[in-house]
Amino acid sequence: MMETILLAIVLAPLTGSAIAGLFRNQVGRAGAHWVTILGVGISCALSLYVFYLYAFEDAPVYNESVYTWMVVDGLRMEVGFLIDRLTAMMMAVVTFVSLMVHIYTIGYMAHEDGYQRFFSYIALFTFSMLMLVMSNNFMQLFFGWEAVGLVSYLLIGFYFKKESAIFANLKAFLANRVGDFGFVLGIAAVAMYMGTLDYAEAFERAPALAQTSISVWGDQVWSLMTVICILLFIGAMGKSAQVPLHVWLPDSMEGPTPISALIHAATMVTAGIFMVARMSPLYELSETALSFVMVIGATTAFFMGLIGVIQNDIKRVIAYSTLSQLGYMIAALGASAYAAGLFHLMTHAFFKALLFLGAGSVIIGMHHDQDIRNMGGMRKFMPVTHWTFLIGTLALIGFPGFAGFFSKDAIIEAVHESRILGSDYAHWMLVAGVFVTALYSFRLYFIVFHGQGPRRFEPHHEAHDEDGGAEAVVHHEVHDEPLPHESPKVVTVPLILLAIPSIVIGYMAIGPMLFGDFFDGVISVAAIHDTLGEIHFEGPMGFLLHGLTGIPIFLAAAGAFVAWYVYMRRPIIATDLVTRFDWLYGILDRKYGFDAFNQIVFAGGSRLLGKFLWQVGDRVVIDGAVVNGSAHSVGWVASVVRYLQTGYLYHYAFAIIIGLLGLLSWFVIR
Amino acid sequence: MTADWPILSVTIWLPIIGGLLVLMSGDKAPGVSRWGALLIALLTFALSIPLYPGFDASTAQMQFVENRPWIPMFNVNYHLGVDGISMPLILLTTFITPLVVIAGWEVIQYKPSQYMAAFLIMEGVMVGVFAALDAMLFYVFWEAMLIPMFIIIGVWGGPRRVYATIKFFLYTFLGSVFMLVALIYMYFKSGSMEILAFHDLKLGMTEQVLIFIAFLLAFAVKVPMWPVHTWLPDAHVEAPTGGSVILAAIMLKIGGYGFLRFSLPITPDASHSLDWMIIGMSLIAVVYIGFVALVQQDMKKLIAYSSIAHMGFVTLGFFIVFIIVSRSDVHAGAVLGVQGGMVQMVSHGFISAAMFLCVGVLYDRLHSRQIADYGGVVNVMPWFAAFMVFFSMANAGLPGTSGFVGEFMVILASFRADFWFAVLAATTLTIGAAYTLWMVKRVIFGEVTSEGVAALQDINAREALVLTSLALAVLVLGLWPAPLVEVMNASIGNLVQHIGVSKL
Repeated sequence: MMETILLAIVLAPLTGSAIAGLFRNQVGRAGAHWVTILGVGISCALSLYVFYLYAFEDAPVYNESVYTWMVVDGLRMEVGFLIDRLTAMMMAVVTFVSLMVHIYTIGYMAHEDGYQRFFSYIALFTFSMLMLVMSNNFMQLFFGWEAVGLVSYLLIGFYFKKESAIFANLKAFLANRVGDFGFVLGIAAVAMYMGTLDYAEAFERAPALAQTSISVWGDQVWSLMTVICILLFIGAMGKSAQVPLHVWLPDSMEGPTPISALIHAATMVTAGIFMVARMSPLYELSETALSFVMVIGATTAFFMGLIGVIQNDIKRVIAYSTLSQLGYMIAALGASAYAAGLFHLMTHAFFKALLFLGAGSVIIGMHHDQDIRNMGGMRKFMPVTHWTFLIGTLALIGFPGFAGFFSKDAIIEAVHESRILGSDYAHWMLVAGVFVTALYSFRLYFIVFHGQGPRRFEPHHEAHDEDGGAEAVVHHEVHDEPLPHESPKVVTVPLILLAIPSIVIGYMAIGPMLFGDFFDGVISVAAIHDTLGEIHFEGPMGFLLHGLTGIPIFLAAAGAFVAWYVYMRRPIIATDLVTRFDWLYGILDRKYGFDAFNQIVFAGGSRLLGKFLWQVGDRVVIDGAVVNGSAHSVGWVASVVRYLQTGYLYHYAFAIIIGLLGLLSWFVIR
Repeated sequence: MTADWPILSVTIWLPIIGGLLVLMSGDKAPGVSRWGALLIALLTFALSIPLYPGFDASTAQMQFVENRPWIPMFNVNYHLGVDGISMPLILLTTFITPLVVIAGWEVIQYKPSQYMAAFLIMEGVMVGVFAALDAMLFYVFWEAMLIPMFIIIGVWGGPRRVYATIKFFLYTFLGSVFMLVALIYMYFKSGSMEILAFHDLKLGMTEQVLIFIAFLLAFAVKVPMWPVHTWLPDAHVEAPTGGSVILAAIMLKIGGYGFLRFSLPITPDASHSLDWMIIGMSLIAVVYIGFVALVQQDMKKLIAYSSIAHMGFVTLGFFIVFIIVSRSDVHAGAVLGVQGGMVQMVSHGFISAAMFLCVGVLYDRLHSRQIADYGGVVNVMPWFAAFMVFFSMANAGLPGTSGFVGEFMVILASFRADFWFAVLAATTLTIGAAYTLWMVKRVIFGEVTSEGVAALQDINAREALVLTSLALAVLVLGLWPAPLVEVMNASIGNLVQHIGVSKL
């Protein structure tokens, strides 16, 4: 029974995707959205049922194989499902957000080409993501891992005529592949030392290997668990866009907005967090790896948030916000507060999907103009979008009572309690990040929804260009464009449905998920790392009241106030700050130089190296000197020898005589 | 296990005789030679299929054996048989040939009967190479293979075909001459031409090293391994599409097959003491060639270089075995490496065939292979673009496609041999994706760049049939490799056991 349900959950979206993709002409536009929504709808309903079974009925952990992929050399590789509360939660989040995005897409893509293709891709994504979270082994995890990467590649490049889009999708795929390079080595290490790719068996055997060390380079000896965990985490850094492999995520905004919400905010990019949480029995065995994870996460959380403050593309602001929030989750994992990381993953999935879809709604209203300098006063035209966006913003900055408040505060508390190397640095980064989060969030909110405007529709409007034209603003002839109006129901209803959990889910879930027994037996935390256990918890209300006295809440308020003061009250300050701190602005505008570095050193360097190896290695050395060289020397010998064969009898006779004489004299002289 | 009828002989001689008949049909009625060739190719495929269900996967013994005297004076026999290593490669050959016939259907207007005949004869000869258990017979088929390929490139090839054919011929011929010497030496030593007898032949270290090097020259050129690979890009560029397909999908595999059938079991000690060299050459192939592929301007050259890099995984998988075996008595990982190499060979057969066919589809329309001449193909050829992206992803080793399986197995196995082997091998995840997808970006995506591209027609039913067959093969092998792995298990296990025992 359970197996049938699980198979239906994964295969329903796949079937929908196949029909919409392969028979796009037969099913037409409406057919494509109906068939995929049906597939994902079935999947969502069944996932919620499974979630119910695990969360409330205490269903036993399900761990069965579906079929054997191959058995070779004693290594059994299977395709199978592991369902416990962690998986059930992920399934519910993934399919719910996916369903919302499917419905929303009907409105967002209404006038676009490639409608069927789009639905086919997002349904395929749902399938891939489910395979990833439901896997019971490393091989299938890697399959899902790469499959979501593939769909992400296809969707970032959805507008395949745009040079920037097809550059971004290649970049995304390659950055992810750099991560996967580490990931696959981590899997190889697991296979070698644990002799299995099955989670349950690997986790069982891991503690026995805790003291094992391996020498990888000369006399350098590393702890095996540290090596495995860091290698696996490199994969997570690619997928969850952590510094320095984060470069692809902002560019991924080239894709249509619904997938920015689904893939590049709510689900796929959280795969790394899910993976590390799933592997908690391994990570608990290596404090070095945990420190590494925490420092990377905290660094991403603060520094990527800063870039968000100066972005002018509505989607890019939210993208940098996503990077920063992913950093929070990763930092929580490093503090062994896996539950807090997952909790933030869940709340973030709702409010970030909401923010992206809200941004998409604004973009529809703006006739696909994404530059916030052209917006303003949108609250008058799009009330539903405005209110839901405000809810999302409040949830993001951690307004007391909203979902993000509980999850973010829990992370900061947990990191504060952590005693491993780097935890002080991480704590301050995360605390400072709260201010930055509020600053960029409210800057965006005020500029888009308040003030005069929308400036795009004003006569004689000149786009603000005070930042030196870093991003060229296209000036439209827009006088005959209709003013923005509220988006259709298929857009606003998902916004409302996502706004509800963005408010309440934190209050509801913090008790059981963080301080209850929800993740018992799923996530393992060593007693010395139990940071969440250190936090004194007396119900969500107590947590809320305690939070009101902490530093983060004041920083958030300060951030929001500064945003209001600088961007609403005295806009001149913003311009002034930019000129005064132009060095800082320059650094942020260049995104700390990661892109330029990659472009010059990796992309350029690889091409140079390739040219050198080809032209010099292959052409000159191998072909020139060896292959054609030997042909030439054969030719040279032949050309010399040829003189000996003249065809004249007297030449030969003469040669014979000389030879005879030579031979005779040799005998004589000897 | 023996069938009621000589299944291997039929698979060898049916296409050869059929090829001669097609040749005789002449070019007066090209339809006759095309349909005739297709019929023969399909019939051969159908008749070869019983090899799979009839195969007993539990034993490493040779099966479907046929053995009758050929040149009794020299104790040379017409001895055929297959084990788990050769059987999948024969099926690969009989599967690919009909696709090549269909792919050349209307494209080849110049002497179609001779074109079709060359491929049919080629098929029979290649099956012969895989099935031969007598070294003389093997050598005859091995050399016979050169002739049809020489003709295919030389007659239907591109402008620089003469240079390419000579280079191809000299390279491969030079390699095989030394192999002949080694075979004759072992004949005098053992008094028999049986390959299996060579396996048990006691050989001293010096003898082993010399024989190993003689084989290496032959097989390394065929694979091709760095640094004897430079004939391949030239041959591919000049070859017609069908020629490239056969070359990449099957002929390269004969080199890999040779290592397993000859080098490893006959000279295990030499293989062991020289394994560092082969592993080094393989890793260079993976990394160095990957970078070279990145900067190619010609699609066929790019895929040719990508083939060399992928075949590097094959030889890597085969030779890390010695390091793993010498490390411990437990051979865990050794079988995985060889299996991985074999899976990679079969998978590469599908993927490289498909990639060359994709380039062929474009070449037939625009008569250019230069990446710069394309751009935005997806706008006019959406179905073709879907296939091309799919096969490119397979080429980049995406899980779920066959390209992943072999690479994954070899990476897992090489980790057991040495951490750094695995690191270098795994770089293909990034480099392989970079060169393949960068080509896709420039050819498939973007705005339509020229009038030529704007006038392109999407693939027709014939082309769709060929690409769909290969896509299914790539997908099935990627999603469920067990059927392939299982038939090889016993034979490869036996091989690893055999090479673990020193001959000294």
